[in-house]
Amino acid sequence: MVALTDPAGELTEAEAPRSRLARARRLHLWLALLLIAVALASLTVGATGVQLWDVARSLARGEELSRMERVVLMDIRLPRLVMGLAVGAALAVSGAVMQGLFRNPLADPGIVGVSAGAGLGAILAIVLGALLPPALLGFAGAHLVPLAAFFGGWVSTILLYRVATRRGHTSVATMLLAGIALGALAGAVSGVLVYMADDSQLRDLTFWGLGSLAGASWTKLAAALPIILVTVAGASFLGRSLNALALGEATAAHIGIPVQRMKRLAILCVAGATGAAVAVSGGIGFVGIVVPHLLRLASGPDHRALLINSALLGAALLVVADMISRVIVAPAELPIGIVTAVLGAPVFLWILLRQRGVVDL
Amino acid sequence: MVTATDLTVTLGRNTVLEGVDFHAAPGQLTAICGPNGSGKTTLLRALTGDLPYRGTVELNGQDIATLPAWALASIRGVLPQASALAFPFTALEVVEIGLARGRAGGDTRAALQALARVDLGHYASRPYQSLSGGEQQRVQLARVLAQVAEPVAQDGPRWLFLDEPVSALDIAHQLEVMQIARDFADAGGGVVAVMHDLNLTAMFADRIALLSRGHVLAAGPVAEVMTTDTLSRAYGCRLRVGAAPAPGTPFILPHAATLAAE
Ligand SMILES: Nc1ncnc2c1ncn2[C@@H]1O[C@H](COP(=O)(O)OP(=O)(O)OP(=O)(O)O)[C@@H](O)[C@H]1O
Ligand SMILES: [Mg+2]
Repeated sequence: MVALTDPAGELTEAEAPRSRLARARRLHLWLALLLIAVALASLTVGATGVQLWDVARSLARGEELSRMERVVLMDIRLPRLVMGLAVGAALAVSGAVMQGLFRNPLADPGIVGVSAGAGLGAILAIVLGALLPPALLGFAGAHLVPLAAFFGGWVSTILLYRVATRRGHTSVATMLLAGIALGALAGAVSGVLVYMADDSQLRDLTFWGLGSLAGASWTKLAAALPIILVTVAGASFLGRSLNALALGEATAAHIGIPVQRMKRLAILCVAGATGAAVAVSGGIGFVGIVVPHLLRLASGPDHRALLINSALLGAALLVVADMISRVIVAPAELPIGIVTAVLGAPVFLWILLRQRGVVDL
Repeated sequence: MVTATDLTVTLGRNTVLEGVDFHAAPGQLTAICGPNGSGKTTLLRALTGDLPYRGTVELNGQDIATLPAWALASIRGVLPQASALAFPFTALEVVEIGLARGRAGGDTRAALQALARVDLGHYASRPYQSLSGGEQQRVQLARVLAQVAEPVAQDGPRWLFLDEPVSALDIAHQLEVMQIARDFADAGGGVVAVMHDLNLTAMFADRIALLSRGHVLAAGPVAEVMTTDTLSRAYGCRLRVGAAPAPGTPFILPHAATLAAE
């Protein structure tokens, strides 16, 4: 407790209450530093013996890089790193926005079927895209799969919101069950499509279920990165609105938030970020639930800081998970989705336990 | 002014309000009374633009249907009958959320002042969800007070719409909160409050709109509406209206659960 009035009855500066948002904002810096450290570490870890400091030393001496060094760094490790950062940020921000929108810390694109919807969109594009008229295909190019994933994610988010939310109140049970149904439906349709796929398409498809950054390339990034950047940047403007929404839709409107418009924007952000992430990396789960949850524990639920911190920590976490996935069974590679699931599923259960009795599940 | 004309609200298949006219003037505390389910909350929600309705609602001379959310938010604050909070915000943060439209920098100060007004300054950094029901209700009131800031601004009076603001409060805080509303009205603002406690209403309100089954049974100054006959008809129970000793305001003494028990 803090003394808020001095003897004269004047309000004094209250240190304790003010500090939570400030602390959350200071966390931006620490997380950014962590991100840089993790990124550098990630560039040095790999199957080949190329070491970042060797490269840095040769560069400092003005020597030319060997062809091998250049290929490993520029065409393998760097795109993979950038993709890890982008996908991690996208998944974590999607989770934070979705939890704010559904007013529930258990909402996550992976758990409630949005990723499955996005995956279905992507699979549709891979398998049926070849049937499109060549002119159209050429026009859409590498963007076809991310766009289809975005569309799939968008449709499933809207469906889910319609089913699970009545007059601004989200039923957790309905949300999770609807997520299961959506996931099952997407899985079934995907199964049919897999039968129709040819061999090269099949190879493209295998990694959806597992989730992996192994397919990283500049081409894929060119398609997904703009969507992720736009939606993550867009989401960062939702802070105040999502805070207000925590008090319920009616109160948010009373406070002056254009609730309907803001909800549409939030759904677009979730769909865009999740869709693009799923399009390039498949179903990497639990990032969206673990990252915002840890941040809420560390520095409070204020979305004005939470969204940006989620982007930073999500990016760092996914790059770390990727390193683990590359190192732990080296020289082979574990799908990163397994690593995030091992890290994330216990946290999910923990939240469930803590919520029991509070939420009508 | 708040002026509602010929309001009809249909929820699901129920016509909850039918042909209701309602007026409230700045400088006054207007109470909405009536039995459970008579449509008090529904009327308040129509007045604040939360519900689809037929008819018109004007606030300070402007049709609320034509005003965007931010414009309405700068004219009036709304305390709902029940509120649920989704994430573990502190009491202070909840009040600050009410200041969503900005006034950067002054946020924390204004929020702390509002908390102090409802006697909760010392709970500023407590998680809202850990507060008692009555404390939560007072935090919500502080949020509304912080949002509205002042009873009168250059472009007209400000309004408080309160749905049962004292339903969860002890007697001292009931008086305190009603006094806050009274002071707001005396300073030139307008207050519309749904009330169950008839004696508190008699003490603090200027006018009453008495609802019954979606209709206005009586509306007018307290002394006119608070008669033994009107009140017992509205609530369907036996009671007697007398005069309280000191201030001489009407005083309602309940008698028996049914009218027939004469
Ligand atoms: N969404 C809804 N759908 C159908 N009927 C509704 C809905 N909301 C309220 N009602 C009905 O409308 C009537 C008026 O409800 P309202 O909440 O306005 O009552 P109230 O006067 O505020 O009662 P209380 O004193 O219990 O708060 C009630 O009979 C209620 O059952
Ligand atoms: Mg009510």
